[in-house]
Amino acid sequence: MIDFTESQLERYSRHILLDSVGVEGQQKLLGSRVLIVGAGGLGAPAAMYCAAAGIGTIGIVDADAVEVSNLQRQIIHFTDDLGSAKVSSAREKMEAINPDVTVEPVKAFVNASNIVDIIEGYDFVIDGTDNFATKFLINDACVMQGIPFSHGGILRFNGQTMTVLPKESACYRCVFHKPPPKNMIPTCSEAGVLGAVAGMLGTVQAAEALKYITGAGDVLADALLTFDALPMNFRKVRLKRNPNCAVCSERPSITELRDEEQAACDLK
Amino acid sequence: MIMKLTINGEKKEVARESMTVKELLAHQGVEMPDMVSVQINGDFLERDAFDSRIVREGDEIDFLYFMGGGSSA
Repeated sequence: MIDFTESQLERYSRHILLDSVGVEGQQKLLGSRVLIVGAGGLGAPAAMYCAAAGIGTIGIVDADAVEVSNLQRQIIHFTDDLGSAKVSSAREKMEAINPDVTVEPVKAFVNASNIVDIIEGYDFVIDGTDNFATKFLINDACVMQGIPFSHGGILRFNGQTMTVLPKESACYRCVFHKPPPKNMIPTCSEAGVLGAVAGMLGTVQAAEALKYITGAGDVLADALLTFDALPMNFRKVRLKRNPNCAVCSERPSITELRDEEQAACDLK
Repeated sequence: MIMKLTINGEKKEVARESMTVKELLAHQGVEMPDMVSVQINGDFLERDAFDSRIVREGDEIDFLYFMGGGSSA
């Protein structure tokens, strides 16, 4: 058990007031480890809320440096950070928000050979990546290692997210099977996204991490939350595990991690 | 003949007697069926069944789109 200092009691008072979080939930948060893959549009708000909430250890993975076109939505990075590694910029802000948090930056692209080492030891993973190859890799690695994670995707004015409890609830591959063909679609950067839509979705992912760790409520398992910010419609699609899923079924055809071909995102 | 369907949670009427999932996707203006995963009455439809599975009166169909976004980590 962690003893709270006066200033921690004050800092986390609005969590402690919540019946389903309380002192016990806050202690769980401070003792927990969450990994955020991608310090971009989704990872930025997720990292800030996880830090503010007092997740004790937060890993953040990204290989890129801050570019000016990122600043419209990646709110953890400031104009002064242009050119800096995203993981360094993110770490600085997270520690400034909350000195209780230990940040573990990993400046790398995740791939089939490093992902198990990267995710090992974390209680929950937030997928804030932009490409399908990495999304499937995170899914497969988390299912194989038994680590729950939050999938997130955004495009233009749309967002989608689901929480995967490995071998208990539908996984990303149950729903989407394999990456779409890469040659038919323009890239995310060509398609565009409303900055605040990234914030909405990344914030839902952070809330899922906090709920999972504290046990408050029900996570988005066996459900895909989708929204369209133009009419501002939200919808929760019920899902169930696919008995023929290549990775989470009883007789999986994928038993080793592999890098899928890179594929970008768009829809019409 | 009008067929009543629920598509993405909305009641829709399609002025056809029968059609395949592939035809329905085209009918609903989905230009990139490769970017859509289809669930009918709560079960996933394998992609290679898109042009054989016939849509029936009362079917509840969800088109789930691939969505990337985020960071290139």
